[in-house]
Amino acid sequence: MSIDVSQFHQTFFEESFEGLDIMESGLLELDDRTDPETINAIFRAAHSIKGGSATFGFNEVATFTHAMETLLDEMRDGRRTADRATVDVLLKAVDCLRETIAALRDGKTADMEQAREIQAQMETLLGQATAVQDVSATPVQNGDGVKGQPQTWEIVFKPRAHLLQTGNDPARLIRELEQLGALKVQVNDSALPPLDQMEPERCYLSWRMRLGGPLDEAAIREIFEWVEDDCELDIHPLTPQPAAAERKSEARKEYTGGKPASDGTAAQPRKTAAKDSGSIRVSIDKIDHLINMVGELVITQSMMGNLDGGFEDFDVNRLEKLREGLALLERNTRELQESVMRIRMLPISFVFSRFPRMVHDLSQQLGKKVHLEMSGEQTELDKTVMEKIGDPLVHLIRNSIDHGIEPPEARLAAGKPEAGTVLLHAYHKGGNIVIEISDDGAGFDRDKILRKAKEKGLVEEEAQLPDDKIYELIFQPGFSTADTVSDVSGRGVGMDVVRRNIRELGGNVEVNSRHGQGTTFSIRLPLTLAILDGQLVKIGDETFIIPLVSIVESLQIKPEYVNSIAGRPQLYKLRDEFIPILCSHRIFNLGSAPRSLSNGLLVVIEGSGHKAALYVDELLGQQQVVIKSLETNFQRVAGISGATILGDGTVALILDVEGLVHLARQQGEIDESKSIRAVA
Amino acid sequence: MASILAVDDSASMRQMVSFALKSAGHEVIEAEDGQKALDLAKSKAVNLVITDVNMPRMDGITLIRELRALPSYKFTPILLLTTESAPEKKQQGKEAGATGWLVKPFNPDQLLATINKVLG
Repeated sequence: MSIDVSQFHQTFFEESFEGLDIMESGLLELDDRTDPETINAIFRAAHSIKGGSATFGFNEVATFTHAMETLLDEMRDGRRTADRATVDVLLKAVDCLRETIAALRDGKTADMEQAREIQAQMETLLGQATAVQDVSATPVQNGDGVKGQPQTWEIVFKPRAHLLQTGNDPARLIRELEQLGALKVQVNDSALPPLDQMEPERCYLSWRMRLGGPLDEAAIREIFEWVEDDCELDIHPLTPQPAAAERKSEARKEYTGGKPASDGTAAQPRKTAAKDSGSIRVSIDKIDHLINMVGELVITQSMMGNLDGGFEDFDVNRLEKLREGLALLERNTRELQESVMRIRMLPISFVFSRFPRMVHDLSQQLGKKVHLEMSGEQTELDKTVMEKIGDPLVHLIRNSIDHGIEPPEARLAAGKPEAGTVLLHAYHKGGNIVIEISDDGAGFDRDKILRKAKEKGLVEEEAQLPDDKIYELIFQPGFSTADTVSDVSGRGVGMDVVRRNIRELGGNVEVNSRHGQGTTFSIRLPLTLAILDGQLVKIGDETFIIPLVSIVESLQIKPEYVNSIAGRPQLYKLRDEFIPILCSHRIFNLGSAPRSLSNGLLVVIEGSGHKAALYVDELLGQQQVVIKSLETNFQRVAGISGATILGDGTVALILDVEGLVHLARQQGEIDESKSIRAVA
Repeated sequence: MASILAVDDSASMRQMVSFALKSAGHEVIEAEDGQKALDLAKSKAVNLVITDVNMPRMDGITLIRELRALPSYKFTPILLLTTESAPEKKQQGKEAGATGWLVKPFNPDQLLATINKVLG
């Protein structure tokens, strides 16, 4: 029977990546204190990757991990200390391995240049100049493959009394011998005690056997390999064969060498089918819960089904039951929806886990001492949101370490502990998840930011701004206060991109800082991208949905605040701001615009830091809507981000606030100068 | 055919072992560490145990020792999955009461050939 081992590759890749993560976080922990279980866990991870890679034919990975494993084994046994040099090489090895395995998964050829270099470093540490033995390169050669001359062997097999208790059975051994050739067995029962003294768990018998056929001693010895310490064994040819004794040890070694699982295929590119198919791991709990919910639903359904007995004898009693059933159905549906949503949720530790390494590397690179603390790693977040929040978080943490945390001398001079702390905290708040990144560093220098903003012309020369408005400035495109452009951050691209990315996820980022005490960034994100809280509005005869998060306020129109140009309303004076008015009828081509605005309402929306006022005819209710992609089902439409199906079965479009604000600005730019003059 | 308890912390190895054994008609129970395996073995008697050495919670050597201490596992064949780089594990395994061993890397055919030595 032949089994295609490539079907296990995907699992192997997945668990290897997990193992690498364990190794990485474990190695980072080794810096401080050495807990034996930590080293054990790292060792096991390396060991599993080695075992798996050899089994599944990734010999280059197996050879590489073998060196890692040996280093770790020495650390585990206390023969080697977890010094900086060793840990750093191992961390590099982890990175290299991750790339190699990713390349294998994607069917690309791995870059072995770097691997060889790191392997050489590990071998230097191991103090062995010779290449590490290739664990799986030994070709297999079964003992019976070696042709011996036809002859007869005599085998004397005397098991020790405890043989049976090792799970071995003389009968099985003899049966196996029988398969090698013609076997004659003679049992010796002379050691058998009288029945009343016999212990049934002991082995009293011994055997003398004659085995004939073209075979050599190694093949016979192999059968007894597991019991050689539990028996007296004498194997000798009845006709002399001089070569046998020499070959014996050699062939034994060949057996243990094993065979590469799928020989020859290792160097070939893997199937690309193994590429990340966008799968997620879901805990059994969640699935079970889901199944429970479906069970409930089925019960409710059958309960409702019982009511269906024709309507001629429909009475109040039944109506009551029907109402009950509907209420139950509503609850089931809601819970089912929640359960299904939970499937997409992963603990945020998936993102957080990469930060200890990053902080470790960064602090070394910058010569700072930084301690990273994380909490709320188990807070769950939608997978899509998770994937997209990684980069903004990386950026914010880099910033905290680069700009926030001071060098050790400066910290000591300021009366702070030498090592700075970066705190990463995630928690649920309402329907949102909040991620806070705080540091106890220098904090923002408001004067410096203001000066810079004035230099760049972002604010008026004589403007007086409250602190929070000043801190907001760092999110402006092209804004950077770093004195020197470092390798890590401070190229002036960044904070604006961070904010844009977070806003694209329907979230928001706020900053709070105290000079000399530190800075806190708070990111608020929706739990999922699949559902949003929406405000239903009526424009013409159509219902549209505006994401609740982007609505600043809704107001009734006071005609005296509307500034019209050429008969078209252009700007609305909201307190001391002028906001462009978006005539929704015109944008969406919904018949003629109403002559007077006073019948409708303005919904002030905010996107990309700019506001616009959307004219709507009516405000309807608020509700959670499930977002359906318009692009996959139809095509991209400017100003529309998606669609949803309402309770009555009609389709409602969801407005793309960013897009609309952009549209408003474009339209505004043309007449801006004019309109402002008109206002003045 | 036989019921076999396969113990390994690596999911891919477990999958491979389990798949090979099942396709040969055996019934397979999987466990990802020694402790879990021990609990399973106590609740259900099996005809063969195949265990890895390095595992969290309880390693393979300890598992073998614990199993051998149970009356129902006194004579049950127990195979240890070892690697060539750790020959001392074979000895430790033997001392703990292992029936035999299988050296990684192995392919499904080698696995089946080996278990046939101790089954039936």
